[in-house]
Amino acid sequence: MAKSIFCSNFRRLFLPIRSLMIKFEKVTKKFPDGTIALSDIDFEVKDKEFVFVIGPSGAGKTTLLRLITHDLLPTSGSIVVDKFNLKKIPASHIPQLRRKIGIIFQDYKLLVDRTLWENVALTLEVMGRTEKEIVQEISEVLERVGLSGKENFFPQQLSGGESQRTTIARALAGQPDIILADEPTADLDPATAWGIISLLDEINKAGTIILMATHNAEVVNTLSRRVIYLDRGKIVEDKEKGKYGTY
Amino acid sequence: MALIKQTAKNLRRSPYQALTALVIVILTFFLTSRFVLLTFGAQRMLAFFESRPQVSIFFKDSAKEEDIKKIQQELEATGKVAQVKYISKEEALSIYREQNKEDPTLLELVTADILPASLEVSAKDPKYLSDIAEIAKTKGEVEEVVFQKEVVDQLKSWTNSIRTEGLVTIGSLGLVSLVIILSIIAMRISARREEINIMQLVGATPWYIRAPFVLEGVFYGFVGSFIGSAIGFVVFFFSPYFQNSIFNPLFGLPVNPFTPVILIIVFVILVFVGAALGILGSFLAVFRYLR
Repeated sequence: MAKSIFCSNFRRLFLPIRSLMIKFEKVTKKFPDGTIALSDIDFEVKDKEFVFVIGPSGAGKTTLLRLITHDLLPTSGSIVVDKFNLKKIPASHIPQLRRKIGIIFQDYKLLVDRTLWENVALTLEVMGRTEKEIVQEISEVLERVGLSGKENFFPQQLSGGESQRTTIARALAGQPDIILADEPTADLDPATAWGIISLLDEINKAGTIILMATHNAEVVNTLSRRVIYLDRGKIVEDKEKGKYGTY
Repeated sequence: MALIKQTAKNLRRSPYQALTALVIVILTFFLTSRFVLLTFGAQRMLAFFESRPQVSIFFKDSAKEEDIKKIQQELEATGKVAQVKYISKEEALSIYREQNKEDPTLLELVTADILPASLEVSAKDPKYLSDIAEIAKTKGEVEEVVFQKEVVDQLKSWTNSIRTEGLVTIGSLGLVSLVIILSIIAMRISARREEINIMQLVGATPWYIRAPFVLEGVFYGFVGSFIGSAIGFVVFFFSPYFQNSIFNPLFGLPVNPFTPVILIIVFVILVFVGAALGILGSFLAVFRYLR
C-alpha cells in the first residue's frame, strides 16, 4: 500500500505521462441506418481540463461521449483514452477503462429499487472493494456532493437536484480520472442547475477531467472554459474560453 | 458473499418464477430417481441370474433318493457341471416355509409329500445348460426341467422396455426442465436490463454481471434435484409397490441390489446431474442474452 502511494506520487511529480488523457484522430461514426453521427473528428483533452461540448440536438454530442466509454465503436479513426487504444482494447480491459470514467446522465439512470447509498455503492461493488472501504468512501463522496443524511432515501423521494447529485456521487466513487456529463442540467431549474455546475467545477479543480455536453448557454458563457462546437457531426470550432451563441 | 446475497435477492423478487422452476426440476428428479432405482434394481437382478447358469430338475414322487443320487453322479461325470445340490422333499418344505412364514394358511395346506425333490444344477458355463437338460430329460424319474435361462430372457425383455420408456420420459422431462430454467433466467435478465447496462458502464466485468444468474440456475438444478430425488427415494422404498416387489430382500432373493453405498452414489449422481442441468440452462441464457 505504502509503496503504491509512493509510486503514484513519484509519477505525478516527475513524469508528465498523464498529461494527455483523451485523443480523437479522424474519428467517424456511421450508424447502420446510414446516419453519419460524427465525421472526421480530431481533438485532444489534457489532464485537468474542463471541456464543454455544445451544438444543436443531433449534432453528435452524446455519440462522442459514448465513444469515449467504448459503449459505441468508431467506424473509422482512432481513439485513445489514457493508456487504452480503444480500437485494439481487448474485451477484458473494457471494465478497467470504464472504471477510469464516471458518467452523469441527463435522466440520472438511478436504480429505483435501491436506496441512494446502494446506488452509489454500485460503482464500488463492481470494482470489488471491501464493505469497509465502500462505507468509508461513500461517506466521503456524499459529503462532497452535499447528500449526507439522505443515504436511505429511494430515488422517488429525491428532488431533481438531489437525483443528479446522486449520479455525480456514483460517478465520483472510485475516483475516476474523467467525468463525462451528458446534459446534466437539462431537466433542472436554473438555481439547482447552478448548484450542479459549481459542484462539477469544484470536482474539476480537484483534478478530474470533465467533458460536459450541454445546451445551457448561460453556464457556458459564465464559466468561460474550452468549448467544442459540434454541428451535424463535425467540429465547427474548438476554442479555449469559448462562448455560446457566437457561431 | 455479495454474490449469494444478490442471488437470494433475485429469488425473493419474483418467488413464483423461482417456484415454477423449482417445482419442474423437483418433479423431473422425483420421476428420474424412481426410474433409475427401478432400472438399476432390475439390472442387478439380471446380472445375478446370469452369473448363475442353473437348471432345476424336479423328480416324480416315485423317484427314490438312490436313483436321484445316481443321476447326480452321472451329471457330475460330464465335467460340465460346477455344482449340484440335492434338495429333498423335507428341505423343499423348509424352504417353502421360510418363504411363506408370514402366511400361515399357505403353510397349513402344504406337506412335504406334495413338494417334489429336486437337483439344483449349476453349469460351468451357460452354454452347457441345454446339454445338462437333455441328459436329465431322458431319465424316467424326472418330472420337469426348468431353465433359469427362460426366466432371465423374460426379465431381460422387461428390463429393456422399462429402460427405454424410462430414458424417453427422463429425456423429455430433462429437456422441459432445461427450457424452463433457461427461459426464467432469460426473463430475469430482461427484467434487469437497465441495471445491467448501468453496471456495465461503471466497469463491471462480464462475470460480475453473469455470476448471480448462473448461480440462480445452479440453485434450481441443485435444490430441485436434491428435493426431487430425496422424495423419489423415500416414496420408492416405502411404497407398497416396492415392499411387494422382488426387490424386497425379505422375499428371499440372495442379492440386495440396494446397499447403502450404492444408494448414496446414485443419489449424489442425481444431484450432480441436476446441478449440471441448472448450469447448462443458465449458461445458455447468459450467453444468449448477456453478450
